Amino acid sequence: MPNNDKSLADLLATHEHEILQEWQGLLKASGALQTGRIKESELATQCRNFISQLRGALRPDGSLDKSSDGYASLKSMLGEVSRSRAIQGFTPSETASFVFSLKQPLFNAIDKGTRAADAKASYIWQTSLLVDELGLYTIEAYAKTREDIIARQTREIAELSTPVVKLWEGVLALPVIGTLDSERTQTVMENLLQSIVEQSAEIAIIDITGVPTVDTLTAQHLLKTVAAARLMGADCIISGIRPQIAQTMVHLGVELNVVSKANLADAFALALHRLKKAIVSVKQAPSGRQSRYVSPEDRGV
Amino acid sequence: MLTRSIGEISMTVLTSNTIEIRSGDDVVRVRQEVRSRAVESGFSLVDQTKIVTAASEIARNTLDYGEGGTLLIERLEEVGRRGVRLTFEDQGPGISDIERALTDGYTSGGGLGLGLGGAKRLANEFHIQSQPGKGTRVTIIRWK
Ligand SMILES: Nc1ncnc2c1ncn2[C@@H]1O[C@H](COP(=O)(O)OP(=O)(O)O)[C@@H](O)[C@H]1O
Ligand SMILES: [Mg+2]
Repeated sequence: MPNNDKSLADLLATHEHEILQEWQGLLKASGALQTGRIKESELATQCRNFISQLRGALRPDGSLDKSSDGYASLKSMLGEVSRSRAIQGFTPSETASFVFSLKQPLFNAIDKGTRAADAKASYIWQTSLLVDELGLYTIEAYAKTREDIIARQTREIAELSTPVVKLWEGVLALPVIGTLDSERTQTVMENLLQSIVEQSAEIAIIDITGVPTVDTLTAQHLLKTVAAARLMGADCIISGIRPQIAQTMVHLGVELNVVSKANLADAFALALHRLKKAIVSVKQAPSGRQSRYVSPEDRGV
Repeated sequence: MLTRSIGEISMTVLTSNTIEIRSGDDVVRVRQEVRSRAVESGFSLVDQTKIVTAASEIARNTLDYGEGGTLLIERLEEVGRRGVRLTFEDQGPGISDIERALTDGYTSGGGLGLGLGGAKRLANEFHIQSQPGKGTRVTIIRWK
């Protein structure tokens, strides 16, 4: 390395202002600010921090010193930038271009600030390597964040879509939405059994209107749930078996051996009947016809 | 597009695509893809449900017993009718006694033992080939 030329870190310091100007200009031109997901001042701060961390991570010959504190903080800063962009809904290429668009300004600065041709070529090579490496790191951090988001949403959906609803004293309903694959079925089953115990329920209605496919595995999960509920002292009614599903189950040869009703309303009516309750119309209601629950005792039955 | 003549019948493969079956999520994808192809072929809701359910059974077997594999989905056209052909392949342990595997209630893995027989009843055509130690291939066709 010719001694009369500055180190890459010094070169960055000397030309910092131009590099930042050009870099931000390129980012703006590529539409980084257009969607309004990030403010200009925020972007400027990110660029400034990046350059100053980068300076701290460079060896005199321009390569990255991976054991330096500068490198560690550079990576953590880049990770944070990628994370926030992934959450804000930036695409992977929008996120990676934050780093890749720095190449041009760095090359220009090296071109201006270095005299010896071999030093110039060496710096350009080193810079190219380091920008590529940091760019790839950005994409990895972005993908990691998206994976985390997806995993979190999967867990949330698994819990959210299996609420146990109390319809009446002693009557619970479990409206199942989506596929009953093994992991979720476990949650469904546990939620239902726990509610049966907590509320001393006598009847549990499992509504499968929202289940698109009932294959033998789904049927087996349903059967297990019904059996476990029975052990906890509750009878199950399955509602919402649509005609095409009923036909398919017949071809599969699956028998649920449990009372089933076409819809949740019919299942609820059956549940009330079993508990010796009835819904009757009330005459002389203040505003037209109304239904009110009257227990057989109230009606003197 | 491939047109094949077997005697007087000529069958055309309109579209085809392959899906990897390596995880439970892939089984969900199999159902979604098969449903889309069935809709494209103009299947009724009942026919859609039948082929999707059959696909779910075989895909689950490919994953659980066949150590994973692939599904080839083809939309077919023949004089006057359309259909969907599903070819599941794995390089798993194979099935030594196909007759027994097809028997309702037989399971080696704690299932209901109704998958293979059920899929056969849900399809219009059903073929199974298996070689112990080499793998298994199941082909089903459902016509509109
Ligand atoms: N792809 C496969 N590879 C190896 N064995 C299989 C395969 N598919 C099915 N089998 C065998 O056939 C049996 C019956 O399958 P199936 O009717 O789907 O019932 P289940 O999945 O409930 O066991 C399985 O238990 C298994 O022993
Ligand atoms: Mg099976």
